Amino acid sequence: MKILVAIKRVPDAETTIKVNPEGTGIVNAGVKWVVNPFCEIAIEEALKIKETKGDVEVVLVTVGRSESQEQLRTGLAMGADRAILVTAENLDTTGVSRVLAKIVEKESPDVVFLGKQAIDDDSNEVGQMLAQRLGWAQACYISEFNMADDAKSAQVVREIDGGMRTDKVMLPAIITADLRLNEPRYASLPGIMKARKKPLEEIDGASLGVDLEPKIIIKSMAPPPARAAGRLVESVDELINALKNEAKVL
Amino acid sequence: MGNVLIFAEHAHGELPKATAIAVGAGKEAAQKLGGDTILAVLNNTIGGLAERAAKLGATKVVTVENPALEHNMADVTAAALGEVAKAVDAGLIVFAATTLGKEIAPRLAAALEAATASDVTGINDDGTFVRPMYAGSAFATVELKGDRKIISVRTTAFEPAAEDGSSPIEALSVDIPMPGNPAEFVSQAETKSDRPVLTEANRVVAGGRGLKNAENFTTVLEPLVDALGAAMGASRAAVDAGYVPNDLQVGQTGKVVAPALYIAVGISGAIQHLAGMKDSKVIVAINKDAEAPIFSVADYGLVADLFEAVPEMTGKIA
Ligand SMILES: Cc1cc2nc3c(=O)[nH]c(=O)nc-3n(C[C@H](O)[C@H](O)[C@H](O)COP(=O)(O)OP(=O)(O)OC[C@H]3O[C@@H](n4cnc5c(N)ncnc54)[C@H](O)[C@@H]3O)c2cc1C
Ligand SMILES: Nc1ncnc2c1ncn2[C@@H]1O[C@H](COP(=O)(O)O)[C@@H](O)[C@H]1O
Repeated sequence: MKILVAIKRVPDAETTIKVNPEGTGIVNAGVKWVVNPFCEIAIEEALKIKETKGDVEVVLVTVGRSESQEQLRTGLAMGADRAILVTAENLDTTGVSRVLAKIVEKESPDVVFLGKQAIDDDSNEVGQMLAQRLGWAQACYISEFNMADDAKSAQVVREIDGGMRTDKVMLPAIITADLRLNEPRYASLPGIMKARKKPLEEIDGASLGVDLEPKIIIKSMAPPPARAAGRLVESVDELINALKNEAKVL
Repeated sequence: MGNVLIFAEHAHGELPKATAIAVGAGKEAAQKLGGDTILAVLNNTIGGLAERAAKLGATKVVTVENPALEHNMADVTAAALGEVAKAVDAGLIVFAATTLGKEIAPRLAAALEAATASDVTGINDDGTFVRPMYAGSAFATVELKGDRKIISVRTTAFEPAAEDGSSPIEALSVDIPMPGNPAEFVSQAETKSDRPVLTEANRVVAGGRGLKNAENFTTVLEPLVDALGAAMGASRAAVDAGYVPNDLQVGQTGKVVAPALYIAVGISGAIQHLAGMKDSKVIVAINKDAEAPIFSVADYGLVADLFEAVPEMTGKIA
């Protein structure tokens, strides 16, 4: 069986993001780049299936600049078998999903895992778009993944607004991981050593014959509106009084 | 630019506030960019849903009734909406940015090769849209290319349409191009609660890791929640630890809320949490650590042990 996991290089969740003075993007200096947390969860799930089912190849793919190799190496160090870097710049979710659809055609995986959202653009789109392009079923925001013994279908638990729901999808399908699916492992030192020798194929995005022109153009970026400064209160009484008489919300 | 098609999310025969908000945003878009507003209700049985939708005052309500539309399966619903979009000449399609809206909108965008933006917080006169990125650390003004656009709108950023309209209702007969291997619904476990819905509530009391366990949520936090008639929310840490169900998570990757009053109890205020509550009108923080970042967004901060302050506050309010 083959599992494809799509991952994205993003700023670390702990990094403070600032908009640059020109309002064209964010300040890149000092940003630490990592595997998108939801993608780490996606990788972990693939590795868990590999461990329980055996005979599973876990292939990572990312679309981006050549620096994204670092994130592929991280995933390989966690235990993935090989990786594909599709080099392309400034793609939007449409472009990424088109590229990923091509890679899926080439690789014919039995299931594709993605993160629910990338924490840089916060789009929450690529998995759904990819599913449509392939004509596959999608299971988004999953917190449980149970593959049938014959590997022909999977039952998933999905986090939805009012609670949880369980769906069944025939494989191959697109699965996007939510936070509570698992706890991703850290790469071990031997894992990191081994990862250096694992295959990492590079494909020029322009060679895939898909339209990479973005459909969403960022015209400008601004920092969020600042909140007026508040104050500390000394006691519960003062708090209740302020809520009643100043803020008038009690 | 064509018409504005709005997806009517519904559950148990009712329209949640999110649908009224999507209509509100759709009307705003139509006013600025032109076109009629068309509210689409899709289900296996339409019943009273159409009349309820008509009250929201769109130019027209269209309905699609088909057994395959039961259970809001994203693949089938997107396929059906694609046909509706063509039938009504939709230039802009509006979803509420709920989990359901965000499942369907991008799928539909790929099907129609339409440009899309999620979590939109503003619609500009020139046809550009505003959306947050990086957990709300940046707001981008974006242009969507092409003749057909799809947005999901953040429910805290738009006013709900009033329920005093009466749109004409038209039943559409569309052939749904069924996907080859549709996903199947198995079961649903809804969080049952007598409290207001988190995303609709006027007041929210949210607890974090500082509560320490599930029992304290029940014995310490809930009495305050109920004394205020509030909805309960939580940080990711509290949800991950299993103190409360996942659908109470407020933040970048959870619910976005903007109540009149938000009380954060034992929550440090990580940027991912702030992303989901920063737009609340009045924010109160109760935390024993005076350095906690939550105080930077709080209108009123109380540096105190929550296990003393919360019961005291409950007693004095009730
Ligand atoms: C990809 C990603 C997505 C995320 N999405 C979200 C999200 O949507 N929502 C979200 O909330 N988080 C999210 N997070 C997690 C976020 O970064 C924080 O880890 C989380 O919000 C912390 O929760 P907390 O404030 O409850 O816990 P902590 O940070 O541990 O804070 C607990 C607080 O309780 C206080 N406290 C302890 N005891 C007491 C007491 N007796 N009295 C008073 N105060 C006390 C402490 O001083 C502390 O400030 C996300 C993280 C990542 C990486
Ligand atoms: N450039 C990319 N390369 C590979 N996968 C991506 C890329 N962008 C997004 N994804 C995948 O799609 C998921 C959702 O991303 P998004 O729709 O951008 O929020 C991510 O968690 C990844 O799994």
